[in-house]
Amino acid sequence: MSDAPLLKLDGVSVQYGSGPTAVTALSGVDLEVRRGELVAVMGSSGSGKSTLLTVAGGLVRPTSGEVVVDGQWLSTLRPGQLATLRRRHLGFVFQDYNLVPALTAIENVALPLELDGWKASRARRAARDALSTVELAEQAHRFPDDLSGGQQQRVAIARAVVGGRSLILADEPTGALDSTTGEVVLRMLRGRVDHGAAGILVTHDARHAAWADRIVFLRDGRIVDESAYRGVETMAGSRA
Amino acid sequence: MSVRQGLLAVLELGPNYGYQLRAEFESRTGGTWPLNIGQVYTTLDRLERDGLARRGDETPEGQVLYEITNAGRAEADAWLSRPVVRERAGRDELAIKLALAVTLPGVDVPALIQAQRTATLGALQDLTRLKMADERDLAWELVLESMIFQLEAEARWLDHTEARLARIRDGRDPRPAAPPAAASVPAEREATR
Repeated sequence: MSDAPLLKLDGVSVQYGSGPTAVTALSGVDLEVRRGELVAVMGSSGSGKSTLLTVAGGLVRPTSGEVVVDGQWLSTLRPGQLATLRRRHLGFVFQDYNLVPALTAIENVALPLELDGWKASRARRAARDALSTVELAEQAHRFPDDLSGGQQQRVAIARAVVGGRSLILADEPTGALDSTTGEVVLRMLRGRVDHGAAGILVTHDARHAAWADRIVFLRDGRIVDESAYRGVETMAGSRA
Repeated sequence: MSVRQGLLAVLELGPNYGYQLRAEFESRTGGTWPLNIGQVYTTLDRLERDGLARRGDETPEGQVLYEITNAGRAEADAWLSRPVVRERAGRDELAIKLALAVTLPGVDVPALIQAQRTATLGALQDLTRLKMADERDLAWELVLESMIFQLEAEARWLDHTEARLARIRDGRDPRPAAPPAAASVPAEREATR
């Protein structure tokens, strides 16, 4: 794990609207995520979980505070630069996969690279490598509709890390999957992080959050607590 | 479950002496229920007394092999096919602590819930790490997953309790519960007793 955080939120607040009807979605949030680290974000509906993810991904600008991705201060970037940074550094994984139905798995994964100007052949090679990391190389030429939900989500994870992209922002990635399939997806996500990516996993499910190194709790837009993996003896007894 | 039924089920596989039986039981339950050997021999004595097991041959080292009887086999089969009924439901320390906490003045219940959730999630993280590094041992994984799902249930219950208390605090509870103190029992209900 390197020392410099890949993502840093420094005193981030987000307010929607103004005046008496203003809604504070995030309030003074500090968070750092390093390579090799998966951070789960939990909280009840409306606690600010999804807003945190959209701010971290540069989709929403904070009302105050600063977001830094791989050393770049997002507030200093023009919209075009911000879009480039998103394409090169960030990968989103959503509950409903968000794959392009008219493109095959490998085309979906190669898409962000091609949008970034990569030659098609090089983008395809990188996409194939990314699909291999989620054990889907053999399904590379299938369309999303021909893949199971779990496979589609693994394609989405491959797309999130393709071409050296290293910050995975996952919003309830197992929400539409059954328990066993969800676990396969989490294992893949964990594997990518263990191989040098960094991730934020927004979830309401404690069992899924437990795959993270740290779990932060949001309430009313504030981080109210944090639980870290302790690596100590467990209630499972002497087997550990 | 008693150790008795578990050991009897293992004896169905064939004759075992005490240490062997303990090793079989522990390996088949993922090592999560360690038995002391005295407990194993006491249980074997009782199984013998009740006609469910009997002493058979000895090993060359002089260890007595216990074997299951027909009655024992029937009891083991009945136990395996019978659903587990959890007795004494509700004697959960956490549930009782929270039930008491909401009735006591000066207790910061949201803080109590948050502290518990942090501890519960910490335990979940520990168990999940063990699962990540699994050795593909099915017995072990099943027991581990049972613990993981129980902790998940506890975390969900804490979320539910927190949300319910918040609704009550904000006057949004659609079905307010009666205050728990005995003094709050309505007079007419008290009169009908």
